Amino acid sequence: MSEAVSAPAVVAWMRAFAATVAREREYLTELDAAIGDADHGINMERGTQAVLAKLEGASAAGAAGGLGPLLKTVGMTLVSTVGGAAGPLYGTLFLAMGTAAGEATELSLAAWAATLDAGVAGVRARGKAEPGDKTMLDALLPAVEALKSAAASGLSLEAALQGSVAAAEQGMTATVALVARKGRASYLGERSAGHQDPGATSSWLLLQTAAETLAEQEGGGTTP
Amino acid sequence: MKKLINLPQDAVREELEGIAAAHSDRVRVHADPSYIVRVDAPVRGKVAIVSGGGSGHEPMHGGFVGRGMLDAACPGEVFSSPTPDQMLAATQAVNGGSGVLYLVKNYTGDVMNFEMAAELARDEGVAVEMVVIDDDVGVRDSLHTAGRRGVGATVLAEKICGAAAELGRSLPEVAALCRTVNASARSMGVALTSGTVPMVGKPTFALGDDEIEIGVGIHGEPGRERAKAASAHDIVGVLAGAVLDDLPLSRGDRVLAFVNGMGATPLMELYVVYNELHKLLTDRAIGIARNLVGSYMTSLDMAGCSITLLRLDEELTALWDAPVLTTGLRWGA
Repeated sequence: MSEAVSAPAVVAWMRAFAATVAREREYLTELDAAIGDADHGINMERGTQAVLAKLEGASAAGAAGGLGPLLKTVGMTLVSTVGGAAGPLYGTLFLAMGTAAGEATELSLAAWAATLDAGVAGVRARGKAEPGDKTMLDALLPAVEALKSAAASGLSLEAALQGSVAAAEQGMTATVALVARKGRASYLGERSAGHQDPGATSSWLLLQTAAETLAEQEGGGTTP
Repeated sequence: MKKLINLPQDAVREELEGIAAAHSDRVRVHADPSYIVRVDAPVRGKVAIVSGGGSGHEPMHGGFVGRGMLDAACPGEVFSSPTPDQMLAATQAVNGGSGVLYLVKNYTGDVMNFEMAAELARDEGVAVEMVVIDDDVGVRDSLHTAGRRGVGATVLAEKICGAAAELGRSLPEVAALCRTVNASARSMGVALTSGTVPMVGKPTFALGDDEIEIGVGIHGEPGRERAKAASAHDIVGVLAGAVLDDLPLSRGDRVLAFVNGMGATPLMELYVVYNELHKLLTDRAIGIARNLVGSYMTSLDMAGCSITLLRLDEELTALWDAPVLTTGLRWGA
């Protein structure tokens, strides 16, 4: 197990996320059909497949560089291929993470927590949403908090990532009871309660695949 | 699902190829990223107007590209917002040096994607203003939601602002006019059946044979209530009543009355609706100075209609009457 997040680990993460989204496409679309417009699974699959193609092209070309450029490539690809509301939101998540990561080639748990924190802050600003609005933030924010407190208490990267998945899952499950205040689901008013938010669900899948991949790659020693 | 398509995932691309094949005298269609521009773009010294949104609402927006209306339209996937790279490329293709207005319907995805595009275009030194249309009174409690949706007033704003841009008005003037049109218009729709998104393959929502959705959005979003099917007279009473509750009009006011088909409703029924609307407004001594009847902002194969009223003054009336030459609207040109 590695104690730092490396570029190969991020590529493996994106590969796992694309495979999971493809597998869960119908599930995401069904969740979206209940309170949105039934395209979340389709849009996310299109975007994550485009990311895969882009990253494979980049590694074939032998492109190196730090984590920042890599995360920004993911973000720009999502922005230009996902569409809907998820495109700018997931795109902004990775673009803001890329800005925070900068030229670093490896990120310690604390630095990774700060990177994800910056990404989620970007999502919050882009969507003008607050916790409890029944959006992807309801899965992402608890995950960031879990990562930060794990870093503060000296947990391993792997344990911290597992903890963030559990926090995200709890946040995702809690969206079932919420009344949506953002996005198309908000037009349902009270009728949106009783359904799990599709964006929070895809965010949970993103964090779940992060836990499966980011600590797996041996990236050498830790750096701040 | 029965549709006149080949593969569902190819439908939008093949539609755009069809538009290019049919209307090369009026528009150019660009692929990867996809956008439609008027054939003489960029027009030097004229404010350019760019709109866009999910596909499935044809003729909006691509059918409104041309002289006197839009300079460019960015089509997304069906019912899904286009992306900032499309909007930026369209902006570069139509910018005539006098700035670009983004005319955006209030949907979460459309607004966020156009905001990102505006940031990118401004970084390149293009003057961009963005006006968000939100005329749908079907959305109640709009402070606790994503806000009112942009519907029928979008078509009217694109026509009126397009005319103003053609006359050489400045970017701030055209943007202010767009806000005036938005503030002076209200809409509400009704669905009799759901549409079917090609990639999904089944109806977006289920309505019983004797049910209608009052206040429906153009992607099948629910509205105010699910009601029992009723006569055209009663349905127009509900739709126009909600519009008039929100857009106070006095005796003697003059309006543009827009009866819009949702895609699968025959023109015959739209005229029955218009007749009821005409009688209702006449009873209230509100004059219909201009009208538009037809399917201009559709929801795939949804059956139903929407009613939009726009309060007119002399300026708006003159701009409405100005020449327009697009595949969707054409007069005086």
